Amino acid sequence: MLSRFLRWLARDLQAALSLGFLLLLVVVALAAPWIAPHSPIEQNFDMILAPAGPGHPLGTDDLGRDILSRLLHGAGITLYASFLAVGVAVLIGVPVGLLAGYAGGWVDDVISRIIDTLLSFPAIVLAIAVTGALGIGMTNAMISVGIVFSPQLARIVRARTLVVRQELYVDAARCFGAGTGRILWRHVLPNTVQPVIVQVTLLLAAALLAEASLSFLGLGIQPPDPSWGAMLARAYQSMEIAPEQMYPPGLAILLTALAFNTLGESLRAALDPTMKT
Amino acid sequence: MLTASRLRVIRRRLLHAVPVVVLATFIVFGILKLMPGDIAITLAGENATEERIAEIRQIYGLDRPFLVQYGSWLWNAVQGDLSRSLASGEEVAVQIARSFPNTLLIVVMAMGFALLFGIPLGILAASRPHGIVDRVVTSIGSLGIAVPNFWLAMILVAWFSLEFGWFPATGAVPLAQDPAQAIWHAFLPALALASGGLSEVSRQLRSSLVEVMSSPQVRTLHAKGLTPASILWKHGLKNVSVNLLTVCSLLFNRMLAATVVVEAVFAIPGMGSLIVNAALFRDLPVAQGVVFVMVLVVITVNLVTDLLYTVLDPRIR
Repeated sequence: MLSRFLRWLARDLQAALSLGFLLLLVVVALAAPWIAPHSPIEQNFDMILAPAGPGHPLGTDDLGRDILSRLLHGAGITLYASFLAVGVAVLIGVPVGLLAGYAGGWVDDVISRIIDTLLSFPAIVLAIAVTGALGIGMTNAMISVGIVFSPQLARIVRARTLVVRQELYVDAARCFGAGTGRILWRHVLPNTVQPVIVQVTLLLAAALLAEASLSFLGLGIQPPDPSWGAMLARAYQSMEIAPEQMYPPGLAILLTALAFNTLGESLRAALDPTMKT
Repeated sequence: MLTASRLRVIRRRLLHAVPVVVLATFIVFGILKLMPGDIAITLAGENATEERIAEIRQIYGLDRPFLVQYGSWLWNAVQGDLSRSLASGEEVAVQIARSFPNTLLIVVMAMGFALLFGIPLGILAASRPHGIVDRVVTSIGSLGIAVPNFWLAMILVAWFSLEFGWFPATGAVPLAQDPAQAIWHAFLPALALASGGLSEVSRQLRSSLVEVMSSPQVRTLHAKGLTPASILWKHGLKNVSVNLLTVCSLLFNRMLAATVVVEAVFAIPGMGSLIVNAALFRDLPVAQGVVFVMVLVVITVNLVTDLLYTVLDPRIR
């Protein structure tokens, strides 16, 4: 299994680069307290909007905080936010998809109709509305994003379950007296893992962009905690005097989203033999 | 244009749309109502007495059962009454009527940009698959999907508004008041919004063109001696127009959502600022009204798309 994975990485340079970048990002996020030159929330009013220079490799923001340190600390918060949102989406979407696909009949009809309806919503708008109802803040915002993303996973799991349910080995398991729970857990769920992994990787990129958007709008992370979206919101405030403030966090978001997307597309191509371009 | 079969499609789709609207608004109503927190306590303000809170519940009908509240909201909404904003007391329908045109102009222009740049890029990439041009276009596409729209918007403002002063940095002008100014103000927001769509269009066009152009039918046309350009124009593009239409309707939906954040960058009074303020102040009637109207728009776009399918592909009935 591992050797197959490594061989795939060796063949797919883009995927290897993306995975390497993301692993590096995780290391940076974990090591931020030790490698960041300053505290991310320490204000220094003698050094406001300083350009890049000695002591502050990327300059300082409008409160005199070191941008590099905020970027490094923000990596952890931003990644955590993305994983939280996608985690919520998996926790809701996978069981609902399994239920719809396995139960069939009117249960499937009702759930599928709800899934289709939710999928036709403009996602961010719904996430904003739900965040408003839950109360603003990073955790609530990401739970809302997770809720809004969950139908995408439910649809994929449902489609896969519909196929697997008909398989001979599922019939065989049932003949041997396996209960519904056991069949779902041992036979159906493992078969949905591959498409779910692909979708989760792509959703991580979407969640990252959603976090940035919501924090930019002031609905996500609250000051003084650093997230890349919140940093862009601050940079926006001082755009006329120091436009260069917006490049570090924006590039960080762009590269990370790009890495998740590239990895997701490569995984899809590798795991789905029908996809050949 | 309106043949009997098309009228049948319209009627079927409209009938199909009714449960979707009901379900969509019910889900939103349910999510917003079931969330923790009592709107009456928020409205009553600090140090309010129990009697005052009960009185507010009664005024806003919050003491009624959930289904009754939803039913009366839907009944009023169908008649165009979306209730009043809790924050300003203004009618939600009036607020939306004022904001929606600004949003729609940006989305329509962004759609135009996405097609204007995306179609040539897709054709260029498909004309020599896996060549150097194809790789460049694919890379641009990947970047366009991963770039945060609002960051792109900030960069455009920094360069073209603040640095060069070519475009206004903020605000919007109603289209009815001054069309030229309105388009001028919407230019940069639409450009920022178009990045993802442009990638999506070029990507989709490329893959379906490559598929069509490698089909046996096209090989026959080559053998007949047709020029590559006429094959591409008459047979390639005609065959992929259905796929392109699908992409467009999905894109419209996505842009409608993404414009929320782009509007914030340009301080445009559109649907985005409405829903963001509604979320900040827990103004549920406004949040609900915005989502309701957006769902209606999405359903209308889907309906139009389905009708265009029947025009482009006569096999679809």
